[in-house]
Amino acid sequence: MHSKPENAGVIGIPADVRMIPDVSRRARGPVVVIECFEEIPCDPCHDACRRGAIRPFDDICHLPEVDFDKCNGCGACIPVCPGLAVFVVDESWKEDRAIVRLPYEFVPLPGPGDIVTGLDRNGRKRCEARVIKVEKAKRHDRTPVVWIEVPKPLSMDVRHIRAGGKAVG
Amino acid sequence: MIGAGPAGLCATIAARDMGAHVTLVDSQDRPGGQLVKQTHKFFGSRGQFAGKRGIDIARLLAERIENDPLVEIMLDATVVGFYDDGALGIEKNDALTFLKPERVVCATGASERMLAFPNNDLPGVYGAGAVQTLMNVYGVRPGKAVLMVGAGNIGLIVSYQLMQAGVDVVAVVEAMPQVGGYDVHARKIQRAGVPILTSHTVKAVHGTQVVEGATIWSLDGSFRPIPGTERYFEVDTVCLAVGLTPLSDLLWQAGCKMAYVPELGGHVALRNEDYETSRPGLFVAGDLAGIEEASSAMIEGTIAGLSAAWSLGYSAADCELRLAAARAQLEALRRGPKREKVRSGIDELMQLGREAGIVA
Repeated sequence: MHSKPENAGVIGIPADVRMIPDVSRRARGPVVVIECFEEIPCDPCHDACRRGAIRPFDDICHLPEVDFDKCNGCGACIPVCPGLAVFVVDESWKEDRAIVRLPYEFVPLPGPGDIVTGLDRNGRKRCEARVIKVEKAKRHDRTPVVWIEVPKPLSMDVRHIRAGGKAVG
Repeated sequence: MIGAGPAGLCATIAARDMGAHVTLVDSQDRPGGQLVKQTHKFFGSRGQFAGKRGIDIARLLAERIENDPLVEIMLDATVVGFYDDGALGIEKNDALTFLKPERVVCATGASERMLAFPNNDLPGVYGAGAVQTLMNVYGVRPGKAVLMVGAGNIGLIVSYQLMQAGVDVVAVVEAMPQVGGYDVHARKIQRAGVPILTSHTVKAVHGTQVVEGATIWSLDGSFRPIPGTERYFEVDTVCLAVGLTPLSDLLWQAGCKMAYVPELGGHVALRNEDYETSRPGLFVAGDLAGIEEASSAMIEGTIAGLSAAWSLGYSAADCELRLAAARAQLEALRRGPKREKVRSGIDELMQLGREAGIVA
């Protein structure tokens, strides 16, 4: 077979966004990270938040605005995001490890205790990660949320996993 | 109602709610149009089923008109003629029948564009719609390794669905210097390891009986290929997602005044704000009225259905409120940077409509 080419541009987080929780907030416990940087007509994340942490949209095309003091990292907004752009990061989990919760719509679905490969926004392998929990209630509507444990310095880098089955990439 | 996709279903519901008798005709064996293969969750707001999957929206819409005494649904039936006297010729079970409705809402959707390159007729070269149908309607994988051509929303979404089906997406090539689809759709596949190569296109597909590989190359700022930049990929499938064009045959037959508006996908009918064309009593909605998305198609269908029934003298207490709400929702959906093209296309269409005396 062939090796895959690299992405043309490296994908990251735009520098000027205000919707990413800062280091001190992340250290305090679970908190949402919404990687939605383009104005598109969409607002289900606001509807899903029962704590009012994702503020009402004046215009449906506005980017989500989060009150990180109100957010308790419950993760109700993760599976409702049609763009699969919502994550929860918990850097208070362990001394050297953080939890990343991410939406995962692939089979096979890993289970607690499984070791999976943590990938960054460019699809590059960054670490081995242990699955802590898998949520797949009816309210997830076939978008399971996988909790993985990653080395703490990678909590803002790992955004996808590769789990069993056929390796892609 | 011609076409039971998102626009036609919503037009049917709206006209029925006003009290009109509706016959809904579709060439497929089930209602839903393209929704029946859209397994991803939709954007939008709650009013347009945001967060729901297309496959579920198709079911929810169809349920609203099932077993309704005002609605007759004709499936596996194709409208093949729009005659001068307003009669429609409908082909079903190899027989032609005729129907002469007082109003027609045409929501026939769009067809996929083709791309010219050597061997584009080899089995294994697919349109993205066919790939989606195979996978998501029939549960059949189109191949093992795919090169996706086009990074608009369809190319990005179908790439994601291919990966969900366990197919290797080798790369997405896009002729434009930037991704056309939504950033979040691009990120979904990029973090799963699929590279998006902008300013690239297909040079040729290789194979004798079927696709065995594909060569891509880079494009310069004027979209000219750059020799020496060729790269070969071993793939058995090349999937084309290079745009849609309105399926307007019936509108031409009906004698509607048409205009070529590239921002709306090609030839579209001049129409007023109620989506009525230059032929009185003939309305358009959805991709046929201009290529957009299912969310806007549903609202356009609602506007066309309400307006068509209203023009027949039907009314409902909430009719004007519904119409105003639909117009406001449509306006909101078309905001945002990625919809600028659509907005300018509609502006142009409306200007042409004013010049032709169709738009007040």
